[in-house]
Amino acid sequence: MKELKILGVVVVFTLILYWGVEPFAHSQMHKHVEGHDFKYPDLPALKVKGNAENGKALVAACVGCHSIKSQGMAAPMDAVTSAQTYGVNPPDLSNMGALLDEKFFAHFLLDPAKVTKSKHFAMPPSAGSEQDAADIVAYFKSIAPKEISPKEAYETACGRCHANRYDHWTQIGEVPKTKSNIKTGVDLDALAFKKKVGIYENKLADYMGKLPPDLSIIIRARSEQFLETFVEDPQSQLPGTAMPRVGLTKEGYEKVKAYLEKTGDPSKPKREELGPWVIGYFVLFAFLAFLWKKSIWKGHH
Amino acid sequence: MINNIITKGKAMANNNGRRDFMGKALGGFTALGGLGALYAMKRTWDPLPSVKAAGFTTLNMKEYKEGQLVTEKWRGKPIFVLKQTPATIEKLKKEKPDDLKRLIKVGDAHYTVCIGLCTHLGCIPGFRPEEQDFLCACHGGMYDITAQVTKAPPPRGLDIPPFRIDGEKLVLGEEGPEYKKMLEDGITMPV
Amino acid sequence: MAHFDENARPFSHKWLNERLAVDTLKRVLSTEYWIPKNINFLWAMGMVLAATFGLLLISGIFLLMYYQPNTQLAFDSVNYTIMSEVGYGWLWRHIHGVGASVVFLIIYIHMFTGIYYGSYKRGRELIWLSGMLLFVLFSAEAFSGYMLPWGQMSYWAGMVITNLFSMGGLHLNGLVEWIRGDYVPGQAFLNRFFMLHVLLVPLAIIGVIVLHFGTLRIPHVNNQDGEEIDFEEAAELYKAGKIKESKVIPFNPVFLSKDVFVMGVYFVIFFYLVFYHFEFAMDPVNFDPANPLKTPTHIYPEWYFLWSYEVLRPFSTNIGLIAFAFAQVIFFLLPFLDRSPNVAPASRRGLFKYWFWALLIDMIILTFMGKLPPEGIWSTIGLVAALTFFGLWIALPIITSKEKKL
Repeated sequence: MKELKILGVVVVFTLILYWGVEPFAHSQMHKHVEGHDFKYPDLPALKVKGNAENGKALVAACVGCHSIKSQGMAAPMDAVTSAQTYGVNPPDLSNMGALLDEKFFAHFLLDPAKVTKSKHFAMPPSAGSEQDAADIVAYFKSIAPKEISPKEAYETACGRCHANRYDHWTQIGEVPKTKSNIKTGVDLDALAFKKKVGIYENKLADYMGKLPPDLSIIIRARSEQFLETFVEDPQSQLPGTAMPRVGLTKEGYEKVKAYLEKTGDPSKPKREELGPWVIGYFVLFAFLAFLWKKSIWKGHH
Repeated sequence: MINNIITKGKAMANNNGRRDFMGKALGGFTALGGLGALYAMKRTWDPLPSVKAAGFTTLNMKEYKEGQLVTEKWRGKPIFVLKQTPATIEKLKKEKPDDLKRLIKVGDAHYTVCIGLCTHLGCIPGFRPEEQDFLCACHGGMYDITAQVTKAPPPRGLDIPPFRIDGEKLVLGEEGPEYKKMLEDGITMPV
Repeated sequence: MAHFDENARPFSHKWLNERLAVDTLKRVLSTEYWIPKNINFLWAMGMVLAATFGLLLISGIFLLMYYQPNTQLAFDSVNYTIMSEVGYGWLWRHIHGVGASVVFLIIYIHMFTGIYYGSYKRGRELIWLSGMLLFVLFSAEAFSGYMLPWGQMSYWAGMVITNLFSMGGLHLNGLVEWIRGDYVPGQAFLNRFFMLHVLLVPLAIIGVIVLHFGTLRIPHVNNQDGEEIDFEEAAELYKAGKIKESKVIPFNPVFLSKDVFVMGVYFVIFFYLVFYHFEFAMDPVNFDPANPLKTPTHIYPEWYFLWSYEVLRPFSTNIGLIAFAFAQVIFFLLPFLDRSPNVAPASRRGLFKYWFWALLIDMIILTFMGKLPPEGIWSTIGLVAALTFFGLWIALPIITSKEKKL
């Protein structure tokens, strides 16, 4: 049938056009980077087993800079002052045991700058030996919560550098609810908070070289493959970047990704729910239209 | 019903009828799709969740001084808050006991809390502390100290917003039992 | 002097006929608007375009309710408010983005159908010209629309395309600044392109669509063999009930019924793309907010502009601009460059057959090269393809003047 042949030609040329412009061109522009499934093969396996009791004693040293809120240990300085001192706010450690790869965590304590592959890292080596490091990691694993929400994972792993304005998250915490003066419309509390965020961001940009981007919609701005390999090893995708290797486990990364999908692509579940109905509607529409066409054209051929 | 089917069957046997039937079937199905599209359009027009969430205001009743009218804001509208003096309460008990039902008791004090928009056409009535009443400059409507209407053209007293008493605080936008009772007793209308 | 029967019931058929000639309108535009029977589904592309334009208009209306044309607010008004807060906002945004891309696929299919079957000659020159004018208007609409989300591509596309107007060696920087309303694309630039996208260009498009339909009415639609049909004779046959023998069919309901079926199939594919496969139309690079201090590593226009982009790229500034201008204008000249009087499918037109497929393949290659980084072998292929493009158009009058009359 001539018409099918014509349809075939149109379809073939369209598909060739699509292939060249999308998969082929993108494969040329972005060389494929292979990830390691968050196994950190460059770090040797630990030769010792950690003891949480010993770790607890050693952890006393950490509280000089870090808070451990779940154990009632507050941070010595507020976020903005910390940033002005160190360049960035040291993270709260309550959830670290739930998110970080054990092997990575231990090696990190021995040499933070080397393991994170950062040019400069505010945190000095914080364990004297592999045994000490393993003990500290064991302690954090022992206090880690059983379940951690995607939002908590993001706040712990990313939130001190990366804001997420679509979820009202700044590097120093959630944007508080404030009220403006009814006579003037001036909201002093909001302005005060904005100022604090501004001071923090200025310091952070100095420390990192540029301001880490807001990640509200990063899930649509980068491919899945890029984000996964980038978080696993930033240098593999952007050589020379100031972003440290964070050391998440695969599960930890999936939690962070789930949060990024929530803020950057919240309509995805709705899309996937409505899609089959709309497409199904048009399949039925095309069928009914075909029947109508057949009845109209009867006798014409 | 049976007749309908027979008629349709006869129409199908005659091609013109089949054309018409298919045409109508397609037309009907298209209309169905159109309804779906119209529903989506209606939902797009709906107020945004952030707008609806902003529809709650919490007032700290401890802040107010007796006899001083303060204007707050709720859902973009002015809200009159007036802490009544004991003298006013006594006067009302003697002269206009019905008006007492318009007051909200929080802790030991009684308050007038109402939407500061004239129930006639929406201007903001002015409070007159000397006369202890409200006068709307647009068309001369007047209300007493509890914002009950005393002079036409407004059809009723100033509306009371939905509220819930939370200890010493008043949450506007939520419907507490006291508010629900006011609605039942006809003290105010839903806004 | 029109006759008005005072006994006619208001809004009855007779009453309306006296005032609006509804019966005549119906005959001329619908039930006795004759279309050749010897056509295929490609003839439905015009209607598919109208339907897609309709979808763009409607989805655009709902986007317009929430979009903020302010450089500080635009990005989030689209990517936060519309995509997550507005009921079905994400649906309108996806329909609009995918529609804006797919409409060009259909435009190119429609255009190349016209070129293949010679539907730009023998009385149909104005259909072709008004159609090309629509292509230019749709391009302007697409470009102005792409500015609005104010992402990285929006900003840098705006920067690069407005820089074209400096006219290379002429250094017309003043003109560039006048177009932008500022030294760089900023608030003034965004607002005026918003005006163009939402009001001026759509009005122009609607006007030229009406013109396009008008230029089609008298010459009538072409057919697969390019046969010159006596429409009056064929119409009489049809009206006499000899629908099988007649070479024509009425637009309504016969041609329309096939159109509607083709549209149904089209919508299945279209909505599949809207819901599941839309990255080709909504490029990730534009999900980074505009940054005047950082150009994206890979910058490229939307796919439908790539062939045009590649025609400009291989050459030095001034030659590139001339080449670019040539590429935009040359398609308008097709009816006059084709020196053969034959109205027939390309397959029967000797050398023109090869010309057609060579042009199509050359433009696809140009499209690919326009997307690839301008390095190494890609640059070379791009240069060859661009030169081939000019060669083909220069050859056209020569090969068609030699064409045997059919």
